[in-house]
Amino acid sequence: MSNVTVADYQGIEVSTWCPGCGDFPILKCIKEALVQLGLAPHQVIMTSGIGCGSKLPHYMRVNAYDSVHGRALPVAMGLKLANHDLTVISITGDGDGYGIGGNHFIHTCRRNPDIVHIAQNNQVYGLTKGQYSPTSDLGYITTTSPEGSIEVAINPIALAMATGATFVSRASSGDPKHMTQVIAKAIQHKGYALVDVLQPCVTFNKKNTYAWYKERVYKLDDEKGYDPHDPKAAWVKAQEWGTRIPIGVIYQEVGRLTYEEQVTVLKQGPLVKQGFNGRIKDDSELLKEEFV
Amino acid sequence: MTIKIGGEAGQGVESSGAGFVKALSRGGVHVFGNSDYMSRIRGGYNFYQIRASFTPVFCHSDDLHLLLALNGEAITQHKDEMVKGGAIIYDEELKIDADSLRARGILLCPMPLVKLAYESGANRIMANTAAIGAAVGITEYDFERIAEVIRQNFQRKGEKVVQDNLKLARQAHDIAKEKYAKQFKFKLSTIPNSPKRMILHGNQAISLGAIGGGCRFMSGYPMTPASTIIEFMSAKANQFGIVTKQTEDEISAILMAIGANHAGVRAMTATSGGGFSLMVEALGLAGITETPLVIVEAQRTGPSTGLPTRTEQADLEFVLRASQGEFPRIILAPGTIEQCFEAGWRAFNLAEKYQCPVIILTDLYQSAAVQAIDKDSFDFSKITIERGALLDDAALDKLTSPYKRHAITESGISPRAIPSHPNAVFMTTSDEHDEMGHVIEDAETRIKMMQKRMRKLELAVEEMKTPEVYGAKKAEITLIGWGSTYGALREAVDRLNEEGTPADLIHFVDIWPFPEERVTPLLKNAKYTVCVEGNYTGQLANILRTYTGIQVDKRLLRYDGRPFSPGYILAKLKEEVRLHV
Repeated sequence: MSNVTVADYQGIEVSTWCPGCGDFPILKCIKEALVQLGLAPHQVIMTSGIGCGSKLPHYMRVNAYDSVHGRALPVAMGLKLANHDLTVISITGDGDGYGIGGNHFIHTCRRNPDIVHIAQNNQVYGLTKGQYSPTSDLGYITTTSPEGSIEVAINPIALAMATGATFVSRASSGDPKHMTQVIAKAIQHKGYALVDVLQPCVTFNKKNTYAWYKERVYKLDDEKGYDPHDPKAAWVKAQEWGTRIPIGVIYQEVGRLTYEEQVTVLKQGPLVKQGFNGRIKDDSELLKEEFV
Repeated sequence: MTIKIGGEAGQGVESSGAGFVKALSRGGVHVFGNSDYMSRIRGGYNFYQIRASFTPVFCHSDDLHLLLALNGEAITQHKDEMVKGGAIIYDEELKIDADSLRARGILLCPMPLVKLAYESGANRIMANTAAIGAAVGITEYDFERIAEVIRQNFQRKGEKVVQDNLKLARQAHDIAKEKYAKQFKFKLSTIPNSPKRMILHGNQAISLGAIGGGCRFMSGYPMTPASTIIEFMSAKANQFGIVTKQTEDEISAILMAIGANHAGVRAMTATSGGGFSLMVEALGLAGITETPLVIVEAQRTGPSTGLPTRTEQADLEFVLRASQGEFPRIILAPGTIEQCFEAGWRAFNLAEKYQCPVIILTDLYQSAAVQAIDKDSFDFSKITIERGALLDDAALDKLTSPYKRHAITESGISPRAIPSHPNAVFMTTSDEHDEMGHVIEDAETRIKMMQKRMRKLELAVEEMKTPEVYGAKKAEITLIGWGSTYGALREAVDRLNEEGTPADLIHFVDIWPFPEERVTPLLKNAKYTVCVEGNYTGQLANILRTYTGIQVDKRLLRYDGRPFSPGYILAKLKEEVRLHV
């Protein structure tokens, strides 16, 4: 599979994203990470919801199921359980993945399916033109929070850790090279992997801009002695936000079984490849006997 | 005859009822059993009713012949249903208004039920075993049949428990037989050489059908009365290679089933109206992405939480219209246990052939009421697996042009690939899209896609079964119904005919797409039509009017959460239609 190239992932749809949108680097990094790992488009399936970022699979050549707002993860879970040979990547936004899809998010974390979840977190609702999102900073002024948001922002990193995620990371659209590495690690991780991407919305978020992030973001790779496998150290980094924002792999637990590895039926291989059960007709008499 | 066991939740009403049903069925007696319970784990008032007959029975009946009252409330609740000569078996310590009951012609049978239970070395709850023993005694049924069920049911609790219960049942049986059998004229006896029968409810029948039909994935969120489907599928998962997944909510349940179907596995979900409300958004998603999907919607009394342990048929127009926009869907409303089994596998064929959601619409009554049916009536060897226009690897290997998931075809059905083949890398989306599954906004493509999807119904309607017509050839009165009311309606028609009013029944199972060309003449030829439905507005009658232009003459509606019985239908007909019968 080493002959896979970025060209294989080249889509044909014309992007609707604004010039300078933080989604462009994410698109590029996903393609590069997949190519680095030698995965071909037919081996991958992406699911997404609704929002600017959820259009991402349309701008690639890849299997994709673009669902409805907030619902990328349960579709991904169904796909994974039906065919766990597929590399499953879910693309959500912050409102999409942490707001309306919040319930699916926390339950997917604790189930640990081998799914990569890339959340394009721009701290604002872009496609609906600038309302505050679950990750908007306290006091953030928008059309629906004219006096400033009076809700504390969700911390997706801490939330993922608290609900049992085995790989929790953050990347930044301002550093694509680093983001590609993080996404590649997330794909390689066996289990649920969150990549929360700081992704400036150049049109509607005038606060959390490229410059704003650049001043604050630092790489955990440069932190001497930082070990993402140490949950206590990771928990401290998970809380960090404001003057300094860490990017990179914040937390990783290695060795926990994935959901699909623990399903007895799936030990015989992907469900879709098991075909129809030829035994049913032989076993049906016994099955019926249970009701006599 | 009808036997009722009534008491508090926790007194073993349901389990002893189910045990008695088994003992009767194994003796060749035709049985129908259903329970009536409240939304609580302990206390309240619950009853289980058993209808036993020497000929097949399809529903419960209101006339009560034998009441096993485990508390005083049972007598208060059911005394008005007792027929003359009927009997009440109750604990001798229970204070009751004996004189007024005797005046109604009821045989009172006080028994030391609790005393015997204590003496047998067991506990008070076992009074239900004593009551069942007494019922066998007074009806002079074969004691060995109930003994066999007791042995089987208590086996896992150890030999002592088995022996205690057997002794208890025997003692109660002997007392009841000696003291009361002579005065009680309703009797039960085994029917020799009867075929082997299964006792099962609608949810089990649907599950068996689904397993036979190759369902390999089921996701669901617990909700009465649908939960027994995923419980059954989970119990059989490893035996039949099924993955079941309890989800965080019904939204996730339907979406996981959509995901699994998209990946090529036959997948289903099941819920009640409340859960279906949460599924509606994703129903439209399956519609526009043309994903096959099977959903069981077991209705209960709404709106909202309503009467959560009671039945209703008020979601028909809801499931028919649920979701924004228009897209093809198929609705099946089985009326019998056999039809539930068939719907269980047929739904998957329809879903894959027409690449759309298929809803099996049942209700609480059908979900939980058990009937004894011939074992041979479920024929797994006759189940067909039709996957429709599904491209296998061999077909995809030969593909030379880019694969179009939503190719515009004459039938409207686009050949379906499942993701993982190098020649068919494809996407689909909830946005309106072109043949490749890419988002579009232009009017021309939109029109073509709408027409393509909706065209599938023109083929599907050909597969919809014409409603069954049952009863007299030249009927003066035609009853119309759908789904679970089949048994009650059929018996009401039989009784009308016996009483001299020629009557027939038009019963709908395949409701949507609506086979209007075949239904319209049936309605036109009917002299006087009464649409009988478990809802306030007459939802099937509305559909009939919309698609045939015919207004039924009368709507007989029930919305108190209780199931129709033949007696109820006849009484209402006499009251409201003034039948001279």
